Amino acid sequence: MDFPPSFILPFTIGLLFISVFLVIITGIWISGLSRIDKSRIIKSILTRKSLLAIRETFMEALLHRKIFRKNPVLGYMHMSLAFGWFLLIVVGHIDAVNHYQTFSVPAYKAIFMRFFVTEPATTLSGKILAASMDLLLLFVLSGVMLAYLKRLNSRMFGMKKTTKLKMGDRIALSALWLIFPLRFLAESVSAGIHHNGSIISQPTGQLLASTLPVQSIEMPLWWAYSGALGLFFVALPVSRYMHIPVEVVMIFLRKYGIRVQKRIDGYSRIQVYSCSRCGICLDSCQMTHAAIKDTQSVYVLKHIRNKNLTDEKLFNCLLCGRCQPDCPVGLELNNLRMTQRIESTKEYNSSYDYLKNGPVVVSPQTEVIYFAGCMTHLTPAIIKSMKEIFAVASVKYWFMDQDKTACCGRPLMQVGQYEAAKKLAEHNREKIMASGAKKLVVSCPICYKVFNEDYALPGISVQHHSEYLLELMADKRLPVNKLPLRVVYHDPCELGRGSGIYHQPRLLLDEYAEVIPIKNEKEAAFCCGGSLANIKIQMSERNQISDKAMDEYLSYQPDVLATACPLCKKTFAKSRDLPVHDIAEIVCMAIRQKNAASSDKIKSKKELKMELWG
Amino acid sequence: MKNFGYSIIKQRTIDYDQFDGRLLNEILEMEPSFKVCLSCGGCTATCSAGDLVSFNVRRMNLLLRRGETVELESEIKKCMLCGKCMLVCPRGINLRNVIMLIKKSILKYKPVNE
Repeated sequence: MDFPPSFILPFTIGLLFISVFLVIITGIWISGLSRIDKSRIIKSILTRKSLLAIRETFMEALLHRKIFRKNPVLGYMHMSLAFGWFLLIVVGHIDAVNHYQTFSVPAYKAIFMRFFVTEPATTLSGKILAASMDLLLLFVLSGVMLAYLKRLNSRMFGMKKTTKLKMGDRIALSALWLIFPLRFLAESVSAGIHHNGSIISQPTGQLLASTLPVQSIEMPLWWAYSGALGLFFVALPVSRYMHIPVEVVMIFLRKYGIRVQKRIDGYSRIQVYSCSRCGICLDSCQMTHAAIKDTQSVYVLKHIRNKNLTDEKLFNCLLCGRCQPDCPVGLELNNLRMTQRIESTKEYNSSYDYLKNGPVVVSPQTEVIYFAGCMTHLTPAIIKSMKEIFAVASVKYWFMDQDKTACCGRPLMQVGQYEAAKKLAEHNREKIMASGAKKLVVSCPICYKVFNEDYALPGISVQHHSEYLLELMADKRLPVNKLPLRVVYHDPCELGRGSGIYHQPRLLLDEYAEVIPIKNEKEAAFCCGGSLANIKIQMSERNQISDKAMDEYLSYQPDVLATACPLCKKTFAKSRDLPVHDIAEIVCMAIRQKNAASSDKIKSKKELKMELWG
Repeated sequence: MKNFGYSIIKQRTIDYDQFDGRLLNEILEMEPSFKVCLSCGGCTATCSAGDLVSFNVRRMNLLLRRGETVELESEIKKCMLCGKCMLVCPRGINLRNVIMLIKKSILKYKPVNE
């Protein structure tokens, strides 16, 4: 048996290293999953879910459909590199199998086939395969060219910002950029020497052979190509390109129903490593409006990986979730940040023993509970409107937090204090359950989310007042009256992206005023900047964020900015550029106007606008 | 000793030679906005926790500045972090961060024998 040439060593060692490394680390991660998650894998692995995962891997990890949607050139760049390289490997192996006429072709013989095969392809299939390989390499090279350009000017690719790289990334990136040009040169030179090659490598080879001493540069080129491959494989674990193999594992686990939990586990680590640091999340982040440029999801995930995440960065995020729909890998960015917040604050969760020792409040028996929320108590106009609406619809209700009530617990959860929040939740839950209510109407989306997701309230339907008012209106318990006002509706983060309630407030508002559609709405809606999830941001920085959002709203020249969250209302009301009202207030105003119609007190549009200013 | 039902009030003198300002300095460095507190008491008036139990946000500032770490620790635990104080603060102080910072840092600085 003759020994293979020594230049294959860097590639072979690199491939061996990365294969062993990936098997070991994936094993560690999977063993770090909870028992329920492990049983999910076992139950799902032989079902349709695996096929769906393969499909998703193909669509997202190879074709990069989501990046295409963001920007076609950026999408093409990623697709040509990922899908092109994948095809090079697959077609290369088919080519090798076809040439050697055996299925047991060692990897190096396929990868470096043009070095070993000195005669031109004779069969038709061989010719077609060789030509396809040349074209595929050209396809990948076009992606590499775009990648060079992107480094020079990311704006051409629809990205305003791009992530900063660290050492491991630079090594892997340089290796990746060199692999394909080196391969092209090495194959062309060999083609020039042996007078073979295909549609592209043949003419290039002949050109090179006529100008360069190809005999003496052939081996160094193949060495360089193999070295670049080996270097890329070795640098992979310390670079962002680790996302290439890990993302596939992540897609499978996600399809099996595994999600990020409220703790750091194997899956959260897999998600962290699946981040490609593409930086698409940077563009949608509003923190940049306040010149805060180092706390975005991509950087936080990087710091988690490098184990150097500081509280200053971890907590300097509004958790608005605006980056999530944009993430091409579909990472649970907010939940990942939450796992770190829980870990960071777990030493000092309060017990709130005073709640047990306080006066016993007997919950009155009622059908409907109204919970305004702490923030709504700072915007009394919302409470006043709700009370008026309850009276108009003749609803008997219990105003649970009219006086002396514990917080819902969500603000604590947002900074990671789940254990403390559970104490408040249990306290409130007992009061709610004791009332025998069927419905819990909440005015604050922050409370709404926690009642909905973290309180166990069997038999009680939790509704934000926008849903509830819509229901009352549909039941004809509320009079309808369309005011001649143009309204921009601001989606609160916790209600929109947080709870998926986009339509109910719009349907309701549509009956009482004219809603103008805007560019950044629903999933792409702005955060008001007031979010309680950020404990590091300064008030002046909050104002910069809300001003920027307000600027866009003002460009639609509405009469009023409507929102469904007391905190958003309070944050925007500061700007004094536009009257800001909760939808409950607008509904209430319309009803008042309708009732006034009978007593000749109907207001003109001008008077209405004046009233909007309070 | 005969018990007359009276007790001697605990010494409340603060000896500034013994003053431990590490916690205070750390908090002010990490959240400089706390320096501009004018003790108006708006935070205390709106406080959700203060509604349910004797808890005074403004007093927290006093305890911190006096270096009364033990009392501060038991006080600060009562906060529910709802954020109303922050919204009513006329100086825009980032009070929730102050509270979280104290909660975290106090573990380092509280006297060991307590």
